[in-house]
Amino acid sequence: MGQVINIQPITRIEGHASISIQLDDQGNVSDSKVHVMALRGFEKFVEGKPAEELPRIVTRICGICPWQHHLASNKAVDRCFGVTPPPAGRLLRELMQTVAHAEDKVLHFFFLAAPDFVMGPDADYSVRNVMGIVKAAPELAERVVKMRYAAKMVLEKFAGKAIHPIAGVPGGFSKPMTEQERVEILSKMREVLDFALFTMEFAKTQVFPKYLNEVTELGVIKTGFIGTVDEAGAVNFYDGKLRLMKPDGTYTDFDSQDYCDHIAEHVEPYSAGKMPYARAWNEGFSLDMENPKGIYRANTLARINVADKMATPRAQAELEEFREKFGRPAQYTLLHHWARLIEEVYSCEHAIELLENPEITNPDVRAKVEPRAGRGVGCVEAPRGTLIHDYTTDENGLIKSANLIVGTTHNLGPINMSVNQAARMLIKGGKVDESCLNKIEMAVRAYDP
Amino acid sequence: MAVKVAQEWLNSCSGCEISIVDMGERLLEVLTKIEFVHGPVLMDHKYFGQLGDGPRMEIPEAVVGLVSGGIRNEEHLEVLAEMRKKCKVLIALGTCATHGGIPALINSYTNEELLDRYYSTETTDKCDSVPSDGVPPLTGSCMALDEKVKVDIYLPGCPPNPDQIFAVLAGLLGNTPVELPAKSVCDFCPTHREGKGGVKKLRRFLQPPQYGAPGEGIDKMRCLMEQGILCMGSVTRGGCGGEGLTPRCIEARVPCRGCYGPVKPGTNQRFDMLNALASNGVDISSLPESVSLLRFSGAHGLLRPSRKGKEA
Repeated sequence: MGQVINIQPITRIEGHASISIQLDDQGNVSDSKVHVMALRGFEKFVEGKPAEELPRIVTRICGICPWQHHLASNKAVDRCFGVTPPPAGRLLRELMQTVAHAEDKVLHFFFLAAPDFVMGPDADYSVRNVMGIVKAAPELAERVVKMRYAAKMVLEKFAGKAIHPIAGVPGGFSKPMTEQERVEILSKMREVLDFALFTMEFAKTQVFPKYLNEVTELGVIKTGFIGTVDEAGAVNFYDGKLRLMKPDGTYTDFDSQDYCDHIAEHVEPYSAGKMPYARAWNEGFSLDMENPKGIYRANTLARINVADKMATPRAQAELEEFREKFGRPAQYTLLHHWARLIEEVYSCEHAIELLENPEITNPDVRAKVEPRAGRGVGCVEAPRGTLIHDYTTDENGLIKSANLIVGTTHNLGPINMSVNQAARMLIKGGKVDESCLNKIEMAVRAYDP
Repeated sequence: MAVKVAQEWLNSCSGCEISIVDMGERLLEVLTKIEFVHGPVLMDHKYFGQLGDGPRMEIPEAVVGLVSGGIRNEEHLEVLAEMRKKCKVLIALGTCATHGGIPALINSYTNEELLDRYYSTETTDKCDSVPSDGVPPLTGSCMALDEKVKVDIYLPGCPPNPDQIFAVLAGLLGNTPVELPAKSVCDFCPTHREGKGGVKKLRRFLQPPQYGAPGEGIDKMRCLMEQGILCMGSVTRGGCGGEGLTPRCIEARVPCRGCYGPVKPGTNQRFDMLNALASNGVDISSLPESVSLLRFSGAHGLLRPSRKGKEA
């Protein structure tokens, strides 16, 4: 057996993972593994807790997408307790969800992904980071920091707490929005939309064209996709039906309450994280590079692939341009970044739509809730993919059992495949350097895990 | 000369790191004064050399070490020991690092119970053994940092308010250490208290508290505890509102759940809360359960599996 190359830890991602690459005697890649370390056991320790407290506990699964855990949890508890939030309560939740997406995408693109493109994949590690960007392009950095902060402070100022939020409650939202707040937030989100459009242009003219070779080569695999669409088949982050698309572009729509019929999770001995796959395709699970089975992806690229369209005009124009270039479904892994920026435009446009709905300031935001025995699946789109919280409660409304499928886990199988593809392409005859190892990590970073 | 800073996260969610970014433009100011030498979320320094072929884990020397998350596996222990060795001032950032945080709720269960459930949910295929190839073994429980190493500065909060993170970092950079308030959440809470007992039973937070017209100040809302809703403010360290002062959950008109950990280090939020309730004549059996009162501070041996393997 030949050498093993370790990338430990994978950096500029939001979780804890490492890569090991097995070389054969000729120094070519024979196998690779992405090791996911984190195992905290939320499914276990929420047992016995009052269900209405869960939206304030499960947020700690992820400090980058706590709003999505918060809202999926609230939706699951709504179902367990058989309550429907009043229209304004629902609108406020959806607004928070949409603004949180807008903030997250700026964070990921500029803080985590952009160093590879702005500083270059071969730049020295000491400058290939956001600090390097601050030095190299101070005006851009200042604008990025300001705009992200503006979106984040919409959440903090209105909802009390932006990280690990508390303002969603079973039955709706904890406080109404005043007219003054609505006007202020609307004006902020218009600014953020301008910035989103600037970012899209910046990326299309100054970033992506330079790296078309990487886009068409690095981490490329062929899989299916999952995402949420509304009744008209447009991308929706807060609610709708799930659409599971096969690699050939055919798809099935289903209610998230029935997710168990469509998705299962496989366990590999090298990853604490489980690997979801499409049970409904009846082909089992395999990461075989020539003939993968059951493998689909979630996240930005998946959502814009499964959707027929975007619900807002500027995002729709961007989607049309994207499809013109890359088709549907687009498979290139690095296109996650492009898709992320299209979703950024949508997030801002949709937040503005929600804020222009006069119903949003209706003071009736929370329906009364009675604890009871029940089961509920709460599903929303997290930045990293479809997020599922499934709770069962007892007659006192305490949690009997919980099952969670978190955005990034859908992609653990595909990430393994992309790493394998990139490693095979980049490592030949045992020759390894920093640039090639970083490019392998870029295949991971595209998924924003 | 820029001050060298190393960052690490252990059993964490990355919320503390995002809270650093939430300093906004102050972040740019801080970045001109510091130099990150290590920090997996921000930069590409690797543990075993940049090609992964070094003989041992190595983090560069730094003046300030920021560590978020508690300790949950063998790799966390190794990383933490290396951070302690290389950093002059070690900051425990966030409640997971200072008190275990939400993930320490697992301390009510054994590792076997955790693994049994996690690898046998409705959607999980049967697996013969728990993953262990390249996956570090779990420690016996979820611990706070000071259960294993000396901590120089405790900066609790889930997450810590960016104003406090900035104050502490600016204090260190300017050599004027900052004392964080050792007061309770109630000390910062503007809701009005009438001080009359009368609450005999607590009600679950299933309907809104009374708070007048939308947009009316928080000072017009009556103390949530006096409205019969459990609020952990009195047994929780304050400061979550940062320079805005008003506790963040109260700002959203929801009760405190204790995310800054106990007011005084070494005390027990559950014990102190139950005591306070009982001495005020509140029937503590009106709480649906009480493990949740330790949801942020279950490390330091405060939550344990019961002998029957059920909740502590």
